[in-house]
Amino acid sequence: MKWAGALAVLGLLALPLTLSSYALTIFIFIFFYAFLGQAWNIVGGYAGQLSAGHAAFVGIGGYTAAMLSIEHGVTPWIGMFAGAVLAGALGALIGYLGFRFGLRGFYFVLLTVAFAEVCRILVSNIDAVGGALGLYITFTGNPRHFQFQDQRAYYYIALALMLLATGIAALIERRRFGIYLRAIREDEMAAEAAGVDAFRYKMFAMIVSSSLTGLGGTFYAFYLFSLQPNTVFGIPLSVEIIIRPIIGGTGTLVGPILGSFILTPLGELSRHYLGQSGLHGAHLVAYGLLLIAVVLFLPNGAYPWLRARFRR
Amino acid sequence: MAVGLTLIFGVMRVVNFAHGDMMVWGMYLAYVLSTRAGLDPYLGFALCAAALFVFGAAVQRGLVDRIVDAPHEMQILLMLGVALVMENVALLVFGPEPIRVRSPLGAATWYLGPLYVDVARLVTFGVAIVLTAALWVFLYRTDLGRQIRAAADNPYGALVIGTDVRRVYAAAFGIGAACVGAAGALVSPILPFQPSTGLSLSVTSFNIVIIGGMGSLPGAFVGGVLVSVAESLGAVFLKPSLKELASFSLLILILIVRPAGLFGRRAS
Repeated sequence: MKWAGALAVLGLLALPLTLSSYALTIFIFIFFYAFLGQAWNIVGGYAGQLSAGHAAFVGIGGYTAAMLSIEHGVTPWIGMFAGAVLAGALGALIGYLGFRFGLRGFYFVLLTVAFAEVCRILVSNIDAVGGALGLYITFTGNPRHFQFQDQRAYYYIALALMLLATGIAALIERRRFGIYLRAIREDEMAAEAAGVDAFRYKMFAMIVSSSLTGLGGTFYAFYLFSLQPNTVFGIPLSVEIIIRPIIGGTGTLVGPILGSFILTPLGELSRHYLGQSGLHGAHLVAYGLLLIAVVLFLPNGAYPWLRARFRR
Repeated sequence: MAVGLTLIFGVMRVVNFAHGDMMVWGMYLAYVLSTRAGLDPYLGFALCAAALFVFGAAVQRGLVDRIVDAPHEMQILLMLGVALVMENVALLVFGPEPIRVRSPLGAATWYLGPLYVDVARLVTFGVAIVLTAALWVFLYRTDLGRQIRAAADNPYGALVIGTDVRRVYAAAFGIGAACVGAAGALVSPILPFQPSTGLSLSVTSFNIVIIGGMGSLPGAFVGGVLVSVAESLGAVFLKPSLKELASFSLLILILIVRPAGLFGRRAS
């Protein structure tokens, strides 16, 4: 397993040498969504707290770095950590309210959605941050501004982000922390009875997850050069974030990555080819059908199923 | 419309994320009926309700039924998948442009002395009240209604005394879907709609149901009124684009202070 992982990483490092720029874009999105999925996986998968408002952290992170860069000339390399800290603070607030007042299942989902929506509405009404039109970042191509002439730089950054999140998730999985989280997911009462401070560990997972997601916001902003409140804070982005780990397998290291390798090319290619002939939304129909199929037939996701098949 | 959601949740503890999309399908159906068959939406709503009843019962039988005992999260995800499919099938078929159904009633106004009343809104309001009342009568005065409530209180107990719980669930889900179908057809001349309307409708109806109390019919009604009052006040005192802020803040407050809602018993 370890060897396979190392080999895959080596392959991905060498891959840009052979790719066209369009294929490169697809890989960048695969890594980026795998990264977001992995970050979500920490709280949504391992700890089993279904957050459906993770777009809010992408938005906060992206806006923070973009505003610092536009208004104060702070390089996004520093801004991204400021964004991560703010996103982590929001995550802590949502987590505190949700976990302290014992909101479970659907109630927690709604709390996270409500917070993301509040952020979206607030940001689209503050003219200082661009209002409903959002922020646009002028392209300079200067690495100091987190901008690169060469697509491959984004490729390696996205890959690094994915590996970073996977590394953190792996660390959590190996430590006692990960065992506590899984105990909380399976049966919170039993975990508490066994002496696990569920509130503390859920908070921890939420903060790690939201800060990481905030870090991703900076990448989003400076790769796409624009931030619109309805896209970065909207429910559709939250759905994009959670659907990959769920298809791939929540609470596993490989799940979010596998999910992203399945869904992102599907989405991008159908957007590219079917969208041209006016068939918008076809990829989302496919996402929906896949989601239904996974829930009905592979409730643990694709990766645990594959693993079980190949063991035999 | 929240009445339909509260029925589905109250009986089966299933969170219907596709609720708004069912409503939008009702709207598009009313649109097709009125453009192709020349049927006014104020008459066609019964057909829309019937069609969505069949659809809702089929979704329940074919999908939800298989995982009704699974953790809550799985049901949320399942319905999220259904919602994605429904919204985007509508997008594929009808395109993204907002449309509105034309009805001669839609433009009519009555003058009552100094007041003038929008006939379309009056009819919608009237039918909504009649439907809610009919639903109440159905739930509390008929056999199937009693069975639905019994299955909601205690599925196992209902099974023991000889209720076909699966059939009851399918009926409840179908009726819930029929309610939104009817509601969709009724507001289609008033409210311009597009496929993405479904999502915001779902979110609004969750607001209403949580604020009013899950599984409580009067709660759904009061929640609906509260949400619209909060949004109107928000629009007046803040600014129109901030009106949703008021309802979401109310939602967060209710979730924290009294997650069962104003009229609800504590669920799960």
